[in-house]
Amino acid sequence: MRKISIFICTLLCSFSSLFAQTKEVTGKVTDAKNGAPIVGATIKAKGYNNSTTTDADGSFKLAVDGKAVVMEVSYVGYNSQNTTIGNGNIVVKLEEADRSLSEVVVVGFGTKLKRELTGSVAKVGAKELNNTPASSFESAIQGRAAGVLVSQQNGKLGQGINIRIRGSASVTAGNEPLYVIDGIPLQNTDLSSNGATTNSLSDINTNDIESIEILKDASAAAIYGSRGSNGVVLITTKKGKAGKSKIEFGYFTGKQKPTGKRDFLNAKEYVDYFTMAAANAFRLDSGFDYVAYTASRLKRYSAGNTDYQTAKVNTKWQDQAFQEAPISQYDLNFSGGNDKTTFYMGGQVLDQSGIIVGNSLKRYSGRLNLEHKVRDWLSLGVNMSFARTINKRVSNDNAFSTPLQIVALSPITPFIDPRTGLTSGALDLNTGNPNTNYPVYYNPILSVENTKYTTSVNRTIGNLFALATIAKGFTFRSEFGMDQLNQNEDQYSGRLTARNQGVPNGSGFSSSDQILNINTNNFFRYVSSFGEYHDIDIVAGTSFQKWQIVSNSASAEEFPSDSYKKLNAGASKTAATSTASDWALLSYFTRANYKLKDRYLLSVSGRYDGSSRFGANNRYGFFPAVSAGWILSDEHFLKNVRWLSFLKLKASYGLTGNSEVGNYASRGLYGPNAYGGLGGQSPTQLPNTNLKWESTTSLDMGIEASALNKRVTVEVDYYERKTKDLLLSVNVPSTTGFLSKLQNVGKLENKGIEFTINTENIVSKDFRWSTSINFGANKNKITDLGGQQIGTLNRAQEGQPLGVFFAKEFAGANPANGDALYFKNTVKTDGTKDRTTTKNVNEAEDVRIGNPNPEFIYGFRNTFTYKGFDVDVLLQGVQGNQIFNGGGQYMSASGSNGFDNQTTDQLAAWKKPGDITMVPEARLFFANGTDNSSRYISNGSYLRVKAITLGFNLSPKLLSVLHIDRARFYVRAQNLFTITKYKGWDPEVNSDATANNISLGNDFYSAPQIKTIVFGVNIGL
Amino acid sequence: MKSKIFSTIFLSAILIFGSCSKELNTTPFNSIDQNSALKTSSDVEGLLVGAYADLGVADLYGGGAFVTADLLGDFNEIFWGGTYPGMTQIKNKAIPVDNGFVENTWTGGYKVINDVNNVLSAITVVSAAKQNRVEGEAKFIRGSVYFDLVRLFAKAWNDGTPAANDGVPLKLTPTVELTGAADQIPRDKVSVVYNQVIKDLTEAEAKLPATNGFFASKYSAAAMLARVYLQKGDYAKARDAADRVIKSGKFKLTQANADGIIEEFLYTRAKAVDNTSEDVFAIQVNTTSGVNTFQTFYSVLGRGDITLNNPHFQLFESNDLRLNLFYDDGQGSIYSTKFDNLYGNVHIIRLAEMYLIRAEANNRLSTSVGATPQADVNTIRNRAGLASLTTVTIDDILKERKIELSFEGFTLHDIKRLGVSTGFFTGGGGLPFTSPKLIFPIPKRDRIVNPKLTQNEGY
Repeated sequence: MRKISIFICTLLCSFSSLFAQTKEVTGKVTDAKNGAPIVGATIKAKGYNNSTTTDADGSFKLAVDGKAVVMEVSYVGYNSQNTTIGNGNIVVKLEEADRSLSEVVVVGFGTKLKRELTGSVAKVGAKELNNTPASSFESAIQGRAAGVLVSQQNGKLGQGINIRIRGSASVTAGNEPLYVIDGIPLQNTDLSSNGATTNSLSDINTNDIESIEILKDASAAAIYGSRGSNGVVLITTKKGKAGKSKIEFGYFTGKQKPTGKRDFLNAKEYVDYFTMAAANAFRLDSGFDYVAYTASRLKRYSAGNTDYQTAKVNTKWQDQAFQEAPISQYDLNFSGGNDKTTFYMGGQVLDQSGIIVGNSLKRYSGRLNLEHKVRDWLSLGVNMSFARTINKRVSNDNAFSTPLQIVALSPITPFIDPRTGLTSGALDLNTGNPNTNYPVYYNPILSVENTKYTTSVNRTIGNLFALATIAKGFTFRSEFGMDQLNQNEDQYSGRLTARNQGVPNGSGFSSSDQILNINTNNFFRYVSSFGEYHDIDIVAGTSFQKWQIVSNSASAEEFPSDSYKKLNAGASKTAATSTASDWALLSYFTRANYKLKDRYLLSVSGRYDGSSRFGANNRYGFFPAVSAGWILSDEHFLKNVRWLSFLKLKASYGLTGNSEVGNYASRGLYGPNAYGGLGGQSPTQLPNTNLKWESTTSLDMGIEASALNKRVTVEVDYYERKTKDLLLSVNVPSTTGFLSKLQNVGKLENKGIEFTINTENIVSKDFRWSTSINFGANKNKITDLGGQQIGTLNRAQEGQPLGVFFAKEFAGANPANGDALYFKNTVKTDGTKDRTTTKNVNEAEDVRIGNPNPEFIYGFRNTFTYKGFDVDVLLQGVQGNQIFNGGGQYMSASGSNGFDNQTTDQLAAWKKPGDITMVPEARLFFANGTDNSSRYISNGSYLRVKAITLGFNLSPKLLSVLHIDRARFYVRAQNLFTITKYKGWDPEVNSDATANNISLGNDFYSAPQIKTIVFGVNIGL
Repeated sequence: MKSKIFSTIFLSAILIFGSCSKELNTTPFNSIDQNSALKTSSDVEGLLVGAYADLGVADLYGGGAFVTADLLGDFNEIFWGGTYPGMTQIKNKAIPVDNGFVENTWTGGYKVINDVNNVLSAITVVSAAKQNRVEGEAKFIRGSVYFDLVRLFAKAWNDGTPAANDGVPLKLTPTVELTGAADQIPRDKVSVVYNQVIKDLTEAEAKLPATNGFFASKYSAAAMLARVYLQKGDYAKARDAADRVIKSGKFKLTQANADGIIEEFLYTRAKAVDNTSEDVFAIQVNTTSGVNTFQTFYSVLGRGDITLNNPHFQLFESNDLRLNLFYDDGQGSIYSTKFDNLYGNVHIIRLAEMYLIRAEANNRLSTSVGATPQADVNTIRNRAGLASLTTVTIDDILKERKIELSFEGFTLHDIKRLGVSTGFFTGGGGLPFTSPKLIFPIPKRDRIVNPKLTQNEGY
């Protein structure tokens, strides 16, 4: 009834206003600081309903009731102002709001003022994310959040990116954070069939993201309970705002290149080197004529002629692995709304070529975010996105067919075989079959030319929600979300790939996977104040998630010709499977925030999770957290300290869990095992009915301060995270018939310190310079593994950080004879290490030779604005880690592991008695020093110019002439250059063929990262 | 009105969650629980089929256990040009304790053993008519695998005292759950392992039917016994076992076709083929399951990592049809073509071996059980297009064996049982048969989790 009366009243008022005397008010709204016009500010006469917004030059015109006296002017991010209507133009200078007070941070199941935050949350905003020329948003947060290590395995598009928030918390279970988009947990399952992981987060359009909040400590993450141990990444997409509707168009285009290359021997060096290696081998083993053999091999690799003797052909194979790589992106979005409905609608096309031949990614995506107030107590909304991603992929790093393994080919081998006029290795003239022993290895170009491997993904992510206000401050929110992913992989390898595929007449593979991930959240929230001093904010609810996958795949061989690429043409169907899997998670959660006198903060949260992955006995886990904060700057004793604007102390303690293990990990299982066309079965997994949650207790203590009129803000956090009951794949004696069993064994810890410093160095009318520094140092240590050691080179071992490198300590070449030497490092009876050397690798102990985990990571960002120009420079660095070159035993092997082309540093090989060198004598096939050792370890630290943007905004005057709201032109460079001692392609590397929790910091013919330069434009209407 | 809506929402939420807790009881789709895996006779027979699949993995009877034995026992016949460092180490007889191929042979072996231990423990579930066959096959597999493990990972029978030398751990019961320290079992002595091998194979021979499709038959067990007794130097028993196989009449040597290719090794294209009349036991490979590791490493159509050196060819007489089983690429490399079929079965025991065992044993014992040594050797020679010999010496027999069974995994084990050095047939001068380098190391991974495992000398 009341509503109806308001309606009638409004109607009457507006009706009456028709007759009332009106007057026109004109004016302009500008930024108090720099005088720039504010576009889109809302103007309204106080006590009246009609309003308008300012146009491109900040001016407005509004007809108001003649009796109106005061105009209200407001704009997001600025303090609202009231101005009396006088004669002539009103000029309103809006003061920028104190953002540190009003800045809102998204947390699990709600938002919070940053000043009242007691947990540790890092935020990356749209400004930093937008227009990053990379297929996935994780690249855009690299170097921008303290303690968040983002590392991309290599420069192949759409492939694995690893994120570690405050270090690795698990040895066997997952270490990736939980991703939540608009309240819905994202599924992040790898569905790749080629041995290298794909990145399903690359289905998300970075430009749709309003902000990314990274929940780092237990207090922030415990509301995600069982999945909070690795941190939580909350993605919030853009929403429309009431006011003038906006049209935004964005476009950028540019080029990409590899960030680095390796140096390999040229033709002459190659021939000389292997001739020498053969002679040396013959000296040691005269039973075989290595010299003649090598001559015949060189002739073979020189396309059967003697050109190699004159270095007539000098093919730079490495260059053939790379290609010209354009990138373009088109964005168009619309947003706006009124006080009842807001909307954001966006679409994007990304067209990116890889720097590696045969690699590309195209994505078409669209989004609609809509919110509508049905009643004043009920609003409904939808956040919906779809994407189609088409990723043309190449083989994993450990495949002869991966383009970068081309560097193993001999420089004396011509790109085109003069005998056939075809790509070297294409056809053997004698047989007409694909070559099997020329060049030295399978030529990956044959795969580039004759294999197609396309992964297409259709992804729909969306949720529907309803928010109802039950009473003042008491709301109920219901969310139903879905993340649906359909993937198809389609591969065909033609006849010329036979040497690689081992199949003469073509082979094809096709797979399809359907994932349905549904989630519903239902929770109440109660916000209230009691008396003068007490504020509470309570959230309580339930959540249920179910994930299901259904997969099919088939392979066939014997195709009639390479023109046929679908399996229907393959006469021999060599494999067909269908599989399925599921898991479910049922949760109850609550959080209560209490604030006393606006400065004493307390937060308590808890989550009770049940997972289908665990046995009935240990299915449920409880994950509580508590945190407190004290805003000291509001205390009387600090009120008079002028230079200090804000000071807060905070601490949190809580428990989070991890259940990222196989879906049926607790059961004893039998699986299918066919033989000779008959169905068979065999045991595959030992039971563990006691399997339970891996849990991490985290302590975080922090200070947030700002000083000098908020020109300097500092945040410092110290944390300790202790993980116990590790979900560990424990090696068991293989005489049991099994290799390992998943058990809750072991402990590890991460300790670290993080800080962020933001400064406004210069703030003047025209020029503004601000700096942001973030730093995170993390120490990871495994404290208990039940006495076992996992892995050989990369290890999980007690007392050591996860993934630490253990191998022989290389001692260089024996000056007397060129033998590769290793330090024995055996422990003598007196407890000291035997530092004598040996050439027998079995006599030397494995010792710690490096650590793939950085000592610290940092980002350093400077932004400058001068009138319409802006410059943004982000440096990003990783310090104190090592990289192992797994390809070293082939490419830097003193020529002793076959005819692989060698890196130029091998020219320093031992040659005559007395030579002091770290490169042993070249001996063909003698494996002289090719065992895993510190020979192949190098420093992996780097400092990278991660992103530079130079932008120019058209002046308001010009904009109004052109009748557009906003126009910006920019040049942006990504990974522009890198300072590093690493001699490989790029120090940001982990081979996609082996990457896992333990196998870190390995380079194995891994594609370098991508250096990108784009020119872009953004136009707002 | 409003409160009604809320109570509805609230109630339905509670109802949803009441039912959701049941959703936590998931069931695997692709596997089954071990408690329901062995309920019927066909379940257990299915496990036996699975055991053959596990037997046929790449580094065991898929051929790996034999390719590595040839690389390790080789002196100068094989040229290793491959890039698998693990294989290079074996060829160079400098094997680190974490060599992946060695480890796979060991762990793969015990996986099969666990499979068949499960079969044997569930034997009463098998329908009565099939029990003997199933038990026989399981014991054939177990005996065979233990035989290969003990001869690869321990000192040879004739090297010192078998009753004192460490063999491999014997595990004769299935593992359905871990038992902690009880899972850490020590190595049994070489003689104990051999006794178990002979016991299993003897029982298998007794229980198995004379024909059994491509699965192990009575004669597969007898043939494996012949091999075991020969390895022990128990010539009488070796001779008799080989004689039982030959005399059964179930097998026949294949002959050369018009192109002079012995049909046993005929290759037309990559496709699955049935066992030949000569196969006493072979691992089945087809396009959907199984792998032929010989093909991987020897064939020019595979990786072609192994090429052959001159000393090998000097063993041959010039008109030997077996010379047709090589491919000279005209660029300095000669490959064996015995294993060119990607989907060819892995010949584990051929009838030819039985003739050669019988010939050798008869010769050494001066007997003529079944046939004279001369007749048996000539059977093999004639099939290869060579003229009969009028007299045969032990050297003739060994040389014939060397040529006939080349690259099929006999080099290392023959060197050892004959007590000679590597390169014995091709000039000599290699490592003595007692060299610790000719024995695989016990894998590092197992010694870490089982402190009771001793390491072999030299590692």
